[in-house]
Amino acid sequence: MQQMIFKRFERVWHWLQALIVFIMLATGFEIHGSFSLMGFEQAVDLHIILAWTLIGLWIFAMFWHLTTGEWKHYTPSTVDKIMAMLNYYSIGIFKGGDKPFHKTRAEKHNPLQRLAYLGLELLIIPALWLSGLFYLFYSAWSNLGWGLDLGMVAFVHIAAAFLMIAFIIVHLYLAFTTSEVKAMITGYGEVET
Amino acid sequence: MRLYLMLVAALWLPASVSAEPVAALAQHGTTVAGSQTVSKSTADHSKFEALQGPFQTGPEVTKACLSCHTEAAKQLHQTKHWRWEALHPETGQTLGKRTMTNSFCGAIASNYPRCTSCHIGYGWKDATFDFSSEANVDCLVCHDTTQNYKKFPTGAGHPTYEPKEFPPNSGKIWQPADLANVAQQVGKTSRQTCGACHFYGGGGDAVKHGDLDSSMTNPDKSLDVHLGKDGLNFACSTCHMGNAHDVKGSRYAIVAKDTHGIDVPGRDDGSRATCESCHSAMPHQGGINNKLNDHTDKIACQTCHIPEFARGGKATKTWWDWSTAGQKTPDGKPIVKKDANGNVVYDTQKGDFEWAANVVPVYAWYAGETRFTQLDEKIDPSQVVALNTFSGSYDDPNARIWPFKVMRGKQPYDKGNSQLVVTHLFGKDDSAYWKSFDWGKSITAGMQEVGADYSGEYDFVETTMHWPLTHMIAPADQALDCESCHSRDGRMQNLSGFYMPGRGDFPLLDKLGWLLVLATLAGVLLHGIGRVVLGKNRS
Repeated sequence: MQQMIFKRFERVWHWLQALIVFIMLATGFEIHGSFSLMGFEQAVDLHIILAWTLIGLWIFAMFWHLTTGEWKHYTPSTVDKIMAMLNYYSIGIFKGGDKPFHKTRAEKHNPLQRLAYLGLELLIIPALWLSGLFYLFYSAWSNLGWGLDLGMVAFVHIAAAFLMIAFIIVHLYLAFTTSEVKAMITGYGEVET
Repeated sequence: MRLYLMLVAALWLPASVSAEPVAALAQHGTTVAGSQTVSKSTADHSKFEALQGPFQTGPEVTKACLSCHTEAAKQLHQTKHWRWEALHPETGQTLGKRTMTNSFCGAIASNYPRCTSCHIGYGWKDATFDFSSEANVDCLVCHDTTQNYKKFPTGAGHPTYEPKEFPPNSGKIWQPADLANVAQQVGKTSRQTCGACHFYGGGGDAVKHGDLDSSMTNPDKSLDVHLGKDGLNFACSTCHMGNAHDVKGSRYAIVAKDTHGIDVPGRDDGSRATCESCHSAMPHQGGINNKLNDHTDKIACQTCHIPEFARGGKATKTWWDWSTAGQKTPDGKPIVKKDANGNVVYDTQKGDFEWAANVVPVYAWYAGETRFTQLDEKIDPSQVVALNTFSGSYDDPNARIWPFKVMRGKQPYDKGNSQLVVTHLFGKDDSAYWKSFDWGKSITAGMQEVGADYSGEYDFVETTMHWPLTHMIAPADQALDCESCHSRDGRMQNLSGFYMPGRGDFPLLDKLGWLLVLATLAGVLLHGIGRVVLGKNRS
């Protein structure tokens, strides 16, 4: 049956974040020198504005996840459940087999999603944020003799940005193979009761 | 778009404060209501009995000056302007024109009367010059306001006291100045007086520095925002402030990074010779980004604010090849060739030249400590010999990226000893190169003059010399923009050892990263095709 899976704040958060991430990737790779689009300084300015906007959005999101208990959707499942999902996506899906997991109100993400989003939120995004803030404020610490330099910070930032692109590609593909896109727009999706 | 950015930025970033110095300079007299204009100086030198003249020579004028300014000559005697010698505080090298060799006219030893036409004294015609003589200090060359006082080019620092031709056989007659008139109108130093020597270094207008030439005598502010007569109209001494005649801002010991910030009386050294001493290290108005202020730790102000040098309409010399000197016409006449712009490109006396105007500087990490290759040092003639070298790198907290004019050329050296040489160029004797065009005789005489060993065998070696740039500061709107450096093939392309945004640094990471992206794309594509194909088969 159709039920509300993604609440209004979560949808706003998701799509705003998606928009910001796309523009940050574009401006970020322009700053790195991968291509020339809007001009270096304009790219830097937009990147900075979006970075602060995203941080602001995340503060709200963290508050929301904590107070609503929605954070529980991101705790990892057991290994056998994850293996079952992997097995489905690598073999079962081609044979027309049934998904080993179905959404419920209590578990809106399948075991693989839980793991993927947890990895995104605990590895890729913090790596981008931390390195990004160090990057932004490098003048404040670069002469303090920490043995850290802008090159290392930029390396982490760029490497994490590449991982982000890879994540987005897989995320988009999987989202379009299921009814996730519609659910993330309307809020409603098929759940097992 | 821009407006939107500013609005959003205002939400996140605190407003930043700009510290732009405001200059309101009264150039001449001041007036009080109801009073007439009075001179800014407390003395009218034309009323002084000692200056009524007539004066036959420069030293006579100096004696008159010293009758009131009793300590002035003693002060001058302590300065580089007088001694042409400086002990480098860090390297311990004894530097200065008195002993150094460069790639322009070589060295002053054995060529004194010609070179010392820019000495601040009178009569340094050979090594026996009396540096303790007070009467031999030339007050007028710096304090003249009439523009009638000129040192004669071959007069060992004296002006001419009778009508005299120079250059020889040119028909150009130099008239003696009315020394009493000049003396009665002395005043502060000016772009004109400083420039009389400093704009003509290396043997002619614009030759040596690239950021100092006669276009700086009366520049507009687009050429130099500080000196521009339509702008702040500074004198050289506004920044190169002197105390007891000791002028600040020597090239021999540059402050590559002034961490003092704005100099405050009582706290700092009172020097105005760095940009920061007026502007601070955070002079830019911050916007959404504050990156310009962030840059001042690693980038010298001059790097962005001198977009090009030799911008005043005069080309500067970039190449001087002494090895081709001495060629004459079949009937034995000297040759002078000029290019379309009137710059001499060949001169029998001096060899081949190249010139350049509106030049993009060469950039290098520079911590201010420069070491000069001196006469007694071994050189490696199989390589291009650097006449000066300096420390500095990204990792050096005292270093910043500075702009330089790089002078290149070929000059004679002692092949047997692998050392630079002194060449005797100027003089009426047969060993002077400009008389006999015989390098062997010239070098023998030059080396004898300084008491240096010469193997008797010479050749020519290619040399380079880095000249840090700090003048011809353009107005802010003509400073470099981000893309000048932050782009592929930007101005910092040759500086390595650090990450710089915009250059596409980390090429290996880029390759691996895009490979990951492609592999992921290929993966989902194959997965999708597999599902469609197998799905059809099933149905």
